[in-house]
Amino acid sequence: MSFETNKFNSHIAVPENLVYAKTRLMNDKPLSYCPGCGHGTIHRLIMETVEELDILEDTIGIAPVGCSVLAYEFMGTDVQQAAHGRACALATGISRLYPDKYVFTYQGDGDLAAIGTAETIHACNRGENIVIIFVNNGIYGMTGGQMAPTTLPGMKTSTSPFGREQKDAGYPLKMTELVAHLPGTYYVTRQSVHTPVNVRKAKKAIKKAFELTRHKKGVSFVEIVSNCNSGWKMTPVDANKWMEDNMFPFYPLGDIKVPSK
Amino acid sequence: MDKNVRLMKGNEALAEAAILAGCDGYFGYPITPQSEIMEYLMAEQPMHRTGMVVLQAESEIASINMVYGGAGAGKRVMTSSSSPGISLMQEGISYLAGAELPCVVVNVVRGGPGLGTIQPAQSDYFQSVKGGGHGDYKMITLAPFSVQEMADFVALGFDLAFKYRIPVMILSDGAIGQMMEKVVLPAQRPRWTEQEIRELSPWATVGRTKDRQNNIITSLNLKSDVQEEHNRQLQAKYKTIIENEVRYEESYCEDADVILVAYGTSARICQKAVDIAREQGIKLGLLRPISLFPFPEAAFNKYAEKVKGFLSVEMSAGQMVEDIRLVVEGRTKVAHYGRMGGIVPTTEEIIENVKNLIN
Repeated sequence: MSFETNKFNSHIAVPENLVYAKTRLMNDKPLSYCPGCGHGTIHRLIMETVEELDILEDTIGIAPVGCSVLAYEFMGTDVQQAAHGRACALATGISRLYPDKYVFTYQGDGDLAAIGTAETIHACNRGENIVIIFVNNGIYGMTGGQMAPTTLPGMKTSTSPFGREQKDAGYPLKMTELVAHLPGTYYVTRQSVHTPVNVRKAKKAIKKAFELTRHKKGVSFVEIVSNCNSGWKMTPVDANKWMEDNMFPFYPLGDIKVPSK
Repeated sequence: MDKNVRLMKGNEALAEAAILAGCDGYFGYPITPQSEIMEYLMAEQPMHRTGMVVLQAESEIASINMVYGGAGAGKRVMTSSSSPGISLMQEGISYLAGAELPCVVVNVVRGGPGLGTIQPAQSDYFQSVKGGGHGDYKMITLAPFSVQEMADFVALGFDLAFKYRIPVMILSDGAIGQMMEKVVLPAQRPRWTEQEIRELSPWATVGRTKDRQNNIITSLNLKSDVQEEHNRQLQAKYKTIIENEVRYEESYCEDADVILVAYGTSARICQKAVDIAREQGIKLGLLRPISLFPFPEAAFNKYAEKVKGFLSVEMSAGQMVEDIRLVVEGRTKVAHYGRMGGIVPTTEEIIENVKNLIN
């Protein structure tokens, strides 16, 4: 990779960006996540965003139930931990009572797309002025690798040991496309954090999501397709490859809905 | 200043009292017989009066979790429902209790189990007083028996909720919610500013300032010893509440042979039964628990060795009667008379049961 500057990347390839410093808002506690997992990176991108936008005094996060249930142990913002699936209801309560605050939820696919489907759909449909960060790894990680609503067809999990069969378990739920249809969502995008380029794109998307809540035009919804090498029973490198080959064709990366200028 | 006297339904009086109490947010879902609470608030548009938020949620599950979010951010927030909806809220109430968040939850009880009936009942006593959700927890439970108390208990509920960082249940019933009565409304209390919230509730997630660590609202403790210690602290708090927040009312108990025990609608009928019985020469009294948790144990101890018996009158198969028996410990007779399915007991039925207890 060359760091030669030109007119297209001169704003990125400045010396202070060549080495990533530790984000002040990430606590010193060692992450509880498996090596190779995307959660740590995604946490950091959110905390960088809060730091860069200088909105710490007005930011409240909601942690889910799932692998990231302890997100509040690593993130330096005020955080409420929600019952399984209810993060969007908590965020609604806070955002309605503090309309000028930045309220974000951080949820996995089981939390957001199974048990919390109603809360998610209705928060999006009401156009709550919140940021929803949706980390989709197609599996229940914390409870030991069970089938999720987003598990791909044929994918083996501990509760679909012979592979997900559509006739029994139905189809993977594309929540992000679904909420993009609702007029209450303002910005809907799907990203990943498995390469440096994707990390940068995801960071831009997250920052944009937070900035757009200033418009008070509805939900900013950022899906991050992520790996679960432990649950998928692969090495981190293989998991990333498998994600590119299998998850991305089904969950294509990129913006799905952007505010018109 | 002239008194603000109105003729109102119990549900409406409670809704108006919420605005006057400086409530910041109401989150609810329609269910009979308490839908007038949200209807009144929506029509009243308290956003224009005090800045209070009123939001119709997609379910009772969402309502109680919106309450959790608001309470965790230090706001005075409340919800209301009736029995089946309150069952749906139990998970959220357990989380509120575990995270020690203040809020007011109103249950305008109807008959159960299941979808049951829309008529009044008192069959959610166990659910309110013994837990309802998972884990060892308590809610302060206040039982209004008039439209006036429907109004009065809102501000009281918020005060207790914030004093102890605990969810407060107002356990009403379909009759109290629906009937119209004179009510004297209190003066308007101001809503707290963000600065006041930061000072009054320094634990609240309002946004981290430079002078403090991040605030965390959670009910999770993965380490068993930490979780046990948290439970010990909760139990110590409940003990303090038992010592300080007992509320009850007694009438004609001093010389009574039999004391009726009743709350809510049953207590109103019992009041009349006492009057009729006294005219007939029966020395009947009434003990009305106002706080169901904490239960007014001292009041029972005062009379347990003087009376021929206590008769618990409830619109249930007999729930509060178990708590009376626990206090009385066999010192005198403890009987129960109840109607179910939305039927209210009559004075004749009550006096008949009093006579059976004496003979």
